[in-house]
Amino acid sequence: MKVTLRVWRQKDGNSEGNFEEYQTEGLNPNMSFLEMLDVVNEDLTLKGEDPIAFAHDCREGICGTCSCMIDGKPHGPENGITTCQTYMRSFKDGDLITVEPFRASGFPVQKDLITDRSAFDTIMQSGGFITARAGSCEDANALPIGKEVADLAMDAAACIGCGACVAACKNSSAMLFVSAKAGQLNLLPQGQPEKDKRVLNMVATMDEAGFGNCTNQYECSAACPKLISEEFISKLNRDYVSASVKKLFKAKSL
Amino acid sequence: MNIIHVLFRSSIGKKVTMAVSGFILFGFVVGHLSGNLQIFAHPDKINAYAHFLESLGPALWVIRLFLLVTLVVHVWLAAQLTIENKRARQKNYEKQVTLRATMASRYMRVSGVIVFVFIIYHLLHFTVRVTHGAEAYPTTILADGTPVRDVHSMMVLGFQNPVIAIFYLLSVGLLSWHLAHGLVSMFQSLGLRTRTWSRFLERVTIVVCVLYFLGNALIVVAAMSGKVRIQNPSVLGFACRTDCEVCGARTADATAETLDGSKESQS
Repeated sequence: MKVTLRVWRQKDGNSEGNFEEYQTEGLNPNMSFLEMLDVVNEDLTLKGEDPIAFAHDCREGICGTCSCMIDGKPHGPENGITTCQTYMRSFKDGDLITVEPFRASGFPVQKDLITDRSAFDTIMQSGGFITARAGSCEDANALPIGKEVADLAMDAAACIGCGACVAACKNSSAMLFVSAKAGQLNLLPQGQPEKDKRVLNMVATMDEAGFGNCTNQYECSAACPKLISEEFISKLNRDYVSASVKKLFKAKSL
Repeated sequence: MNIIHVLFRSSIGKKVTMAVSGFILFGFVVGHLSGNLQIFAHPDKINAYAHFLESLGPALWVIRLFLLVTLVVHVWLAAQLTIENKRARQKNYEKQVTLRATMASRYMRVSGVIVFVFIIYHLLHFTVRVTHGAEAYPTTILADGTPVRDVHSMMVLGFQNPVIAIFYLLSVGLLSWHLAHGLVSMFQSLGLRTRTWSRFLERVTIVVCVLYFLGNALIVVAAMSGKVRIQNPSVLGFACRTDCEVCGARTADATAETLDGSKESQS
């Protein structure tokens, strides 16, 4: 099959970018989107041109490195998968495919399709640690956790931090990411001692990083390759309100 | 960290403030509609109700001020959030599809701004009473002899102008649409929307919004189509008689005594 690519090319963070068109031929429909880009880059390299820069790592949908806004949707047309797990069979022969980097003030473009998503790391760092006993494993069943709670925490923990939620949100809000990362710990007994501090710090860091505000449209959840529910945002809001109230009224040390 | 910082500076706090102020304003518009629906009863009913509200004096001003502050906070934060959200994406996508955001949620700013303009006009029209001449704001006398503003005739006269009536219909329609997203959204912002009842909440919201629109539209349409008619003799330009068939709701005896010189015309 063959497709026409309309790719965003930008030399570096300070340069103005523009769209370039590339014709590709002889593609295998079972190639992943990234493998298709590899083929295009191979051609570009042979022609002595600068290959398209794109972020990728595991190529099995679990690392969250690959990004790309493909035809107006993060990670391409399919639901619940990342760019690396998107296959060319999802497109029609002769399609024009627009490929852009994730756009958000919190994710500045570094080159072509690569964005700097280290704001997510800063948010994670501000969340801090949990007070867990170091050393040997805890005895089995010493800390009972209900199956439903464990499942819900696992749903939140499925977040790979790819940033598709920010990319899809009309306001570039990072609420789904923050709610998943805070929620996976806030749901479990191990996360309780630092719960309030974690919520307040992560939200404050998120606000400072220049992400927008949530308008409850749930584009994030629809674009999430791990299909994380917007219910976690509701939980983060609830936890934030409770943590703020507690902080406002708690006794201060002398 | 203080309460002002939480409610007006943090992203989630601002959303909580939007939700709470929105809920207060929603409570007001529902109360306002139920008050207005009294137009379908005898004119004395709504006129006495309006007179009661006006006679609250200082309490009325406390309520008005509270609602005004709530509205200003809601609009001010909406503007601030919009500016921040625009700033969060300096360069837009060449192509971006909408995955599941509802139309109502995407046009909250448009519906909000038009409703805000409507509120200003509505206040000038019926509260400050300056958009029309003095003849649009008649007075009447209740059965117990209290002279009051004839809100009943004022509303009917107001909606007899098709342009104004259509503007009212459009505005309450947009407000209902605004609420279609707002009502669900406020539960999410406060962290009360969960998968257990989110579907139920969405359905109830649609029912509430449709009923709210129909309630308002009913008043406008009833006044426009002549289903609800002016029953104030001084507005109609003639006194009531027992054999009169214009309205039939008001008995000639009750009015005749309260109107100057109407006793002669009865004979």
